[in-house]
Amino acid sequence: MDTLVAAGAVLSLLLLVYLFFCAAFPGETLVSLQSNLTVVVYIALVTALAIPLGLYIHRVFFGEVPVVRRVLDPVETALLRLAGVQKDTAMDWKKYAVSVLVFNGAGVVLLYLLQRFQSNLPLNPGQLPSPSRSLAFNTAVSFVTNTNWQAYSGETTLSYLVQMLGLTVQNFLSAATGMAVLAALIRGIVQKQTSTLGNFWVDLVRIVLYVLLPLSFLFALFLVANGVVQTLDPSPLTSWISPSPSVGEMGATGTGVALGPVASQVAIKQLGTNGGGFFNANSAHPFENPTALSNLLQMVAILLLPASLCFTFGAAVKDKRQGIALFSTMLALFVPAALYCIWVESQPHPLLAGLPIDHTASQLMSGGNMEGKEVRFGTDLSALWATATTAASSGSVNASHDSFLPMGGMVPLWMILLGEIVFGGVGSGLYGLLAYVLVAVLLAGLMVGRTPEYLGKKIEAFEMKMVSLVILIPACTVLVATAVAVSIPQGTSAVGNPGPHGFTEVLYAFASAANNNGSAFGGLTANGTFYTTSIAIAMWIGRFGVIVPVLALAGSLAKKKTTPPGLGTLPTHSTLFVGLLIGVILLVGALTFIPALALGPVVEHLSFTSP
Amino acid sequence: MSERELTNSNSARRPLLPMPIFKRAVVGAFTKLDPRKMVKNPVMLVVEVGSAFTTVLAISALISGKAEPGSGSAWFVLLVAVWLWFTVLFANFAEAVAEGRGKAQADSLRSARKSVKARRLAEARRDASITEVDSANLTAGAFVLVEAGDVIPGDGEIVEGVASVNESAITGESAPVIREAGGDHSSVTGGTRVISDWLIVKITQNPGESFLDRMIGMVEGAKRRKTPNEIVLDILLAGLTIVFLLVTATLYPFSKYAVSSTGQGDPVGLTVLVALLVCLIPTTIGGLLSAIGIAGMDRMIQANVLATSGRAVEAAGDVDVLLLDKTGTITLGNRQATEFIPAPGVEEKDLADAAQLASLADETPEGRSIVVLAKERFGLRGRDVTALGARFVPFTAQTRMSGVDLNDRQIRKGATDAVERFVTNLGGQVSAEVKKQIHHVAKDGATPLVVAQDNRVLGVVRLKDIVKGGIKARFSEMRNAGIVTVMITGDNAVTAAAIAAEAGVDDYLANATPEMKLARIRDYQSKGHIVAMTGDGTNDAPALAQADVAVAMGTGTQAAKEAGNMVDLDSNPTKLLQVVEIGKQMLMTRGALTTFSVANDVSKYFAIIPAAFAATYPSLGKLNILHLHSPASAILSAVIFNALILVALIPVALRGVRYRPAPAAELLRHNLLVYGLGGLVLPFPCIKLIDMIIAALRLV
Repeated sequence: MDTLVAAGAVLSLLLLVYLFFCAAFPGETLVSLQSNLTVVVYIALVTALAIPLGLYIHRVFFGEVPVVRRVLDPVETALLRLAGVQKDTAMDWKKYAVSVLVFNGAGVVLLYLLQRFQSNLPLNPGQLPSPSRSLAFNTAVSFVTNTNWQAYSGETTLSYLVQMLGLTVQNFLSAATGMAVLAALIRGIVQKQTSTLGNFWVDLVRIVLYVLLPLSFLFALFLVANGVVQTLDPSPLTSWISPSPSVGEMGATGTGVALGPVASQVAIKQLGTNGGGFFNANSAHPFENPTALSNLLQMVAILLLPASLCFTFGAAVKDKRQGIALFSTMLALFVPAALYCIWVESQPHPLLAGLPIDHTASQLMSGGNMEGKEVRFGTDLSALWATATTAASSGSVNASHDSFLPMGGMVPLWMILLGEIVFGGVGSGLYGLLAYVLVAVLLAGLMVGRTPEYLGKKIEAFEMKMVSLVILIPACTVLVATAVAVSIPQGTSAVGNPGPHGFTEVLYAFASAANNNGSAFGGLTANGTFYTTSIAIAMWIGRFGVIVPVLALAGSLAKKKTTPPGLGTLPTHSTLFVGLLIGVILLVGALTFIPALALGPVVEHLSFTSP
Repeated sequence: MSERELTNSNSARRPLLPMPIFKRAVVGAFTKLDPRKMVKNPVMLVVEVGSAFTTVLAISALISGKAEPGSGSAWFVLLVAVWLWFTVLFANFAEAVAEGRGKAQADSLRSARKSVKARRLAEARRDASITEVDSANLTAGAFVLVEAGDVIPGDGEIVEGVASVNESAITGESAPVIREAGGDHSSVTGGTRVISDWLIVKITQNPGESFLDRMIGMVEGAKRRKTPNEIVLDILLAGLTIVFLLVTATLYPFSKYAVSSTGQGDPVGLTVLVALLVCLIPTTIGGLLSAIGIAGMDRMIQANVLATSGRAVEAAGDVDVLLLDKTGTITLGNRQATEFIPAPGVEEKDLADAAQLASLADETPEGRSIVVLAKERFGLRGRDVTALGARFVPFTAQTRMSGVDLNDRQIRKGATDAVERFVTNLGGQVSAEVKKQIHHVAKDGATPLVVAQDNRVLGVVRLKDIVKGGIKARFSEMRNAGIVTVMITGDNAVTAAAIAAEAGVDDYLANATPEMKLARIRDYQSKGHIVAMTGDGTNDAPALAQADVAVAMGTGTQAAKEAGNMVDLDSNPTKLLQVVEIGKQMLMTRGALTTFSVANDVSKYFAIIPAAFAATYPSLGKLNILHLHSPASAILSAVIFNALILVALIPVALRGVRYRPAPAAELLRHNLLVYGLGGLVLPFPCIKLIDMIIAALRLV
């Protein structure tokens, strides 16, 4: 523990001093005491819940879950028997990868068909027509890849049946796929001289049955208690108290209030880093996120599983410090970004700053840049959510990222561009981070004069190839797709605000797709054929272009001997290594995207101050 | 063991770049421009293609009088092209210098084996017919006769005879060694000289195929294959190159979109894009990578160690278990006198006196240590033996005794059986008490040296194993660096434990047999350790073949040399420690320069991005934190810095970064600070300086 605990203690102490300072000299610090406390409480809650959950998931991964299992074991056995799966047959990486691809490919087909036949299927009280081919394809790929990019408006496009049987089911399965791939990678690291990584079907069933379902069930109940709707009734029609003259002329007298089986979908949407809202407004909608408490707990749910998997990792490699080091890396990248975003958004828009308008936050009003934000949440909770939802690959939103100030909007974009590894997706975040760990291990290993090794496994040519693919594929997809989009009329015509802001909109869309985040910056009309198709392709490549090399990496690591640690071994749990890892992540991210960011948010920001 | 040999002597003391090597390297820099040779180095190939492309742009700009849009003036394009070519040439120069230094080292080794006349025997008998041939024409399987005073014409095995051989030409050690047919001392090296007696040697290597020749080929670079870690690093560098290719390629459409939406300026010029690409891809490490590898092999050779492959050198850096033979490695091969044990009825002083007389003319370390002990114990001064009329009887391989004939006294010292034979020949005998003393000394792990005068045994001199000075500190350094040391000895467990404790090794293997060695190595390897060992005997061969890093002694048998993957010409087992350090140093140099290279990129963005978009987005000028003179000078400064830093780092690549045995975390902290942080910060002032010079000279 040593250095890491010491560093943690020093940091906590500094934090306390800082918080006292904020309290003693309000107005002297960039971010208020209240905002700071919000972040602290948030992180504390995530950490407190993630540790026990992570240890529990470790037991699920390695097949030992005493209490829950006693109840659900017959279900597991029945499901596997139904599918004709032999529990004990372990797969090598190729078989595992093929299973993942076949399963998810089938998921896409099923979800596509479900949408295309929506109008003929039951549970469609709004009598919604079937979405177009390209939109249905985009949505199918989106939910299977754990992206949940939404080129449609939920309540006016998809029926209850599709939302429940299609989207919600994929929310579970895509999250479970991510965790299963991580489980395979962890086994690859832990096991010695074997070629097998476990059985995908068993992993899938156990993760859904023992982790995702119980958690979502509890969380859904909680959400319902907070006022999130859960019903199969059709939308009730309400009449306007005083219709505005313009709509009155069109003969309308009222509007439907969209309802549906929302709570059950929102629970897994947040826990599984899916992020696809039941309603178009996502978690800014009062029926999807009604109270301050529901807002806090949904934010916690966004980071919960990705954070807990760090501790799962620590338990699996029998060295808690390794998990803590990975968790610390994520926190160290997350917290400054969140605080920066909170600070930027608490400022007034530069063009409004000179006008006689009061921008200061008070008991009675939210200050700062309130464009595109819910008054219920204010700038702090919107900025914190925006950072969390993009750090994790959730993509659910409670404010419009398009309306953030340029540098405020750059924070969520930056978190996505780092490759969805700061918490990231369920499972995918950690396996993505581990790829960066191996790059850091390579550099560090060479710098101490040893063939690089991680947790006793030597990192050789094959591993490095796979690691390069894991890092290169999403980054290159973003760059190439954005370049194509800004070069052809189908791409540029959809841009809402030409110039740097419009460029950011396109860059954000492909960043979000290729890294499977799914949030939209907004401002981009993304339901045309070009964007639905190109984004669907980007999502598929960003998901499975990474999963396959990760599994190959796992397979190759599993075959290796484990070198016992010694003094000459580079410690991968030290603050020094965490620092190097953070440096590598920031450097790779920065070097790849500095030109693009300079032409987007940075120049937009600079042009405000020097027109 | 001198202090010099114990300290790390890799930091080359020879000049970095003597004139002849410089001249050859300059030529080499140009001949290496051949794209077929550049293919081996993808990073530099990209630079070469970029240089050629910019040259075409420059020529067309000069002809038409103006550069393509977005690239400024024709003069600017030309300057960029010139500096891009310099970047490639500097990288080639670095490789050529490393090869040149390797060649020079190899040449000096080659010169050690001058062509000599050899007496070839028709068959392996002394009285067989003799033909005089040139040593360069000796093929494997030939038998040669070498007599006292002759130079041994080639590497070979002794088939008959015993002789003392001076191997100082190869090892630098002037004391002659005994070489005899059969056993572990049957191998001879070409270029060494027979001092006494005669040998029949079976030549084992064809001319040009000897171990040395193979090594020379390795250093000269022609046969160099990439090592595993080099390949891993290559993959990382290729990955980075792909990313930066895409970054610069996509920047063009990005900037076109920016221009069309703002209506200002031109899209980024192709010259600027190529300049940005070359600045971003890891040219510093890409250009120096092969030089680092060659320099690593070269440092091995400087240490008089020949490695069969770069892979072996690299594996040495990973070693975490060292199996060390006790004798010669941990203890001085020569034992030292520590006690006079007189026979019953003999005064200790008389024994000391006789032993001293017998040793005065004996130049072996054992002999000298007896003289020293006699002086310490009884103040016996050295006497001029010739003045006393004494005749020195030298040690021979047959008698295994030495001594002195003084007037009518015959004093002899030697191994128990040899002295016993001498005494009984003269009608004396070794008493039971003396035998008990001898046994007692042997049981302690020390060597009894029996002293006799005529037919009377005077007593026993205890020759004790002396642990080398400084070795304990060295082992503790090793331990600190995570390397476990294991002492291998044929001694019994009690003696072994005593010496192990004195030397400070982590573990020992007593009563060791070759089978036990092999088993121990396999045991360590199965636990994931990387094991290094030294050996010289034929019975060491299986263990040498099994070990990950196996250093055979130059004096060892042919079988041992073939089984190992390195040969130490000095036959100094302590060299293993240095081999490990050279291996580590090579990896560290690569890691440090990679980190430095990538960290450099941050500053280049700050120079180039504002300059590239000066017309389209003037507000990006705020990122020009260095306040560089003009867009053209900013881009040119970055390109020039990128080329010059390659040259500046050639000495680091050739000499390697400093290595000291320390825990991994400490090394990492140090190197991250120097090469990581340094790489991040250093380019800023340098680019600013270059920009100021360009502005002052009004270059663009």
